Amino acid sequence: MDKRLERILPRVQKPARYTGGEYNQIIKNKDEVDLRLAFCFPDTYEIGMSNLGMSILYETMNSLPFVWCERVFAPWGDMYEEMKKAGIPLYALESGDPIGDFDSLAFSIGYEMAYTTVLDMLDMAGIPLRTADRPGLLPLIWAGGTAAVNAEPMAPFIDLFVVGEGEEADNQVLTLLHRAKLEGWSKHEFLVQAARIRGVYVPSLYDVSYNDDGTVAAVTPRDGAPERVTKAIVSDLDAAPFPTRPIVPSTEVVHDRVSLELFRGCPRGCRFCQAGHVYRPLRAKKPETLIRQGIEALENTGDEEVTLLSLSTSDYRQLPALCDGLLEYCEPRSIGLSLPSLRADNFSMEIMERIQKVRKSGLTFAVEGGSQRLRDAVNKNVTEEDVLHTCSIAFAGGWNTVKLYYMLGLPTETDEDILGIAEMANQILHCWRMNAKNKNRGVRITVSTSCFIPKPQSPFQWEAQIPLPEYLRRVNLLRASITAKNVTYNWHDAETSLIEAVLSKGDRRVADAIEEVWRQGGRLDAWTDYFSFERWMAAFAKCGLDVDFYAHREAGKDEVLPWDHIDVGVRKAHLWSEREKCYRSELSPDCRHQCAACGAARLLERGFTCDER
Amino acid sequence: MSDKLRLRFEKTGRAVYISHLDLMRTLQRSFNRAGLPLKYSEGFNPHPQIAIALPLSVGTGSLCEIMDFKLKAEETPDLAALPERLNAVLPEGIRVTEAYGFTRKVAELKWLHVEGFFEYDRRDTGEMAARLKDFYAGAPVVITKKTKRGLGETDIRPGIREIRFEPGDKQVDITTILSAQEPTINPELLVEALRQLRPELAPDFAKFTRIETYDAAMQVYR
Repeated sequence: MDKRLERILPRVQKPARYTGGEYNQIIKNKDEVDLRLAFCFPDTYEIGMSNLGMSILYETMNSLPFVWCERVFAPWGDMYEEMKKAGIPLYALESGDPIGDFDSLAFSIGYEMAYTTVLDMLDMAGIPLRTADRPGLLPLIWAGGTAAVNAEPMAPFIDLFVVGEGEEADNQVLTLLHRAKLEGWSKHEFLVQAARIRGVYVPSLYDVSYNDDGTVAAVTPRDGAPERVTKAIVSDLDAAPFPTRPIVPSTEVVHDRVSLELFRGCPRGCRFCQAGHVYRPLRAKKPETLIRQGIEALENTGDEEVTLLSLSTSDYRQLPALCDGLLEYCEPRSIGLSLPSLRADNFSMEIMERIQKVRKSGLTFAVEGGSQRLRDAVNKNVTEEDVLHTCSIAFAGGWNTVKLYYMLGLPTETDEDILGIAEMANQILHCWRMNAKNKNRGVRITVSTSCFIPKPQSPFQWEAQIPLPEYLRRVNLLRASITAKNVTYNWHDAETSLIEAVLSKGDRRVADAIEEVWRQGGRLDAWTDYFSFERWMAAFAKCGLDVDFYAHREAGKDEVLPWDHIDVGVRKAHLWSEREKCYRSELSPDCRHQCAACGAARLLERGFTCDER
Repeated sequence: MSDKLRLRFEKTGRAVYISHLDLMRTLQRSFNRAGLPLKYSEGFNPHPQIAIALPLSVGTGSLCEIMDFKLKAEETPDLAALPERLNAVLPEGIRVTEAYGFTRKVAELKWLHVEGFFEYDRRDTGEMAARLKDFYAGAPVVITKKTKRGLGETDIRPGIREIRFEPGDKQVDITTILSAQEPTINPELLVEALRQLRPELAPDFAKFTRIETYDAAMQVYR
């Protein structure tokens, strides 16, 4: 270990997150690999090590014999300061080697607020931030993750994006890079070739022109790059690589357990939801695959909890069979099975009753909209009856805490809808009084609201966000209408939501502001400890960017959106028709009842169909 | 009822940065991986039956950690094969050296043989070694340290049974025998005492490793 590092570690909080050495880490002989790859997660170890995508791609990329893929996370503030003071550059956990010397850095960017941390990690590695300032082939700086569905704000910094799922595309990029390195290609030669790989977006091969009103006029590809970059997907999830030997952190992380991914995509089509649209088509894994992989992973980690991941777990058709199969293994070994994100329906309650391991305290509903009219408008298929019925069973069964999540500022929202939130909380309180067996323990109902953020590639991508003062007015309206003692109201600060809206919907010009925020000390902006609204607003002003233009302006139907050249499968016309239905408060059937022909199914290889057709 | 078992293990290299609580979880999972799940306590909030004697400070290594535990299985497994089974599934830096039936109470563990070094970036290590030897020669070493009742004055010298300093190239090597409990003399107190009483002797960096455990009669404790 680096002598300087050895001196620092005893002084920082939780040093084990900076050392590597965990069980199941992959160690290779550096003399026997051609490509050293730093797999960078622009957030802390605790967050990154809880990320199933990281775990999957770590295994996938290391399956290439010529690559050694190592993990890198962003150090927390105390470690950051110490590293700067001691002049220690950012290093990879497995080898401890500085990543500035690596052949490539691959970033997994899951959310916009991580952008400044990406820049900071490049800087800590001693690598110039902008593509234009890195003339050589190596190091290749590339990125993937949900943020790639609108890559424009990060376009000047990243050589290449992988849009969509990385299991196959990432290894195609690495294989090409391997060849380019051995044959001594120029960076341009490599990027032109890479742009032919399905899912690869090379921003520097696209020229963006603007109209006088500031909107995008055209995005024009060069050197044979495709007009539109089509997302990469895995057609057969059962055959896709899955880490059954995941790294076991030696220190506590956020989700410390085996995670199984039931399916990708979502049949629901909530109109505000980006994930529900960009991960289509729907592909489920077989329960046999999941049970086998779950047992293997439990045996290889020694974990005492397994959880089921997906966008809507109760929509997994074979959920009872899967739970039975897993419980058969888990119960005699005292391994807990947990199911996040269940829906408020009878079926979910049956499952919850079945797995007694679920703690009996928390019941969480993402209701999103305060009235049935608004829920219909955003296509959130939850009814008040569903919620109350589930609550009545839960209260009778001993649950005594209910959390309700809403968004304020959804398109078409009125004050009446907001008052409906308080009304539902009161109904639930009444339901508890009628059904609770033991009232001495009391009941706690928590209402939380966050500010709606319009997201690219969702039906609400054209929408404006409500301005900050209006959000606060709505918060105060709700606050005043919640009077019951057992109901607590928490509201999410909307300043972050505003910045997130600008970064989500931003174009290439926003990159200057991201760099400016970083220059003024911004990093780990997803953390309230470090986020500074003033710093962001000052940076937008300095770079001549109008926050209202990006966040508070409704885009026109025919406007070229900055991310239109990224094709996630769902057609723009489908998104627009969903948006129009919102204004008619018209529901769309979920994919299971009627295929909406959204367009995502065409991404599948021949012989595969969307699971819900 | 003597289903209580004992392990001796090493914690070195990168593993010295794993905290005590994290180490318990890490070991617990390792037992699961080895197919030797730990026994859980009964009651409202079951927890695995595992206890590590004298928790190590983060950053300090050890060749002589002692852990008592109970296994879920009714029959005691082959103890001679246990170290190998566990070592196959332990993270880097943690290595089991021995497994045996519970012998003596942890309270009977009295002395720890500790080795370490003080690094000096800009001073002569020969001179430092001599002055350290003087300082720890036998006079009381009264330091202010946190106790259960706030700050208190303590003489740590009676808890130092032996101490030797050998000058090296950029460091002074230390070999010492410290009281493990009642009172507990954490080796870091050797540095703290210098910071408080002889700042000019305080090293730029110090690191320690526990080497061996002894009872009150200076017989090896197992």
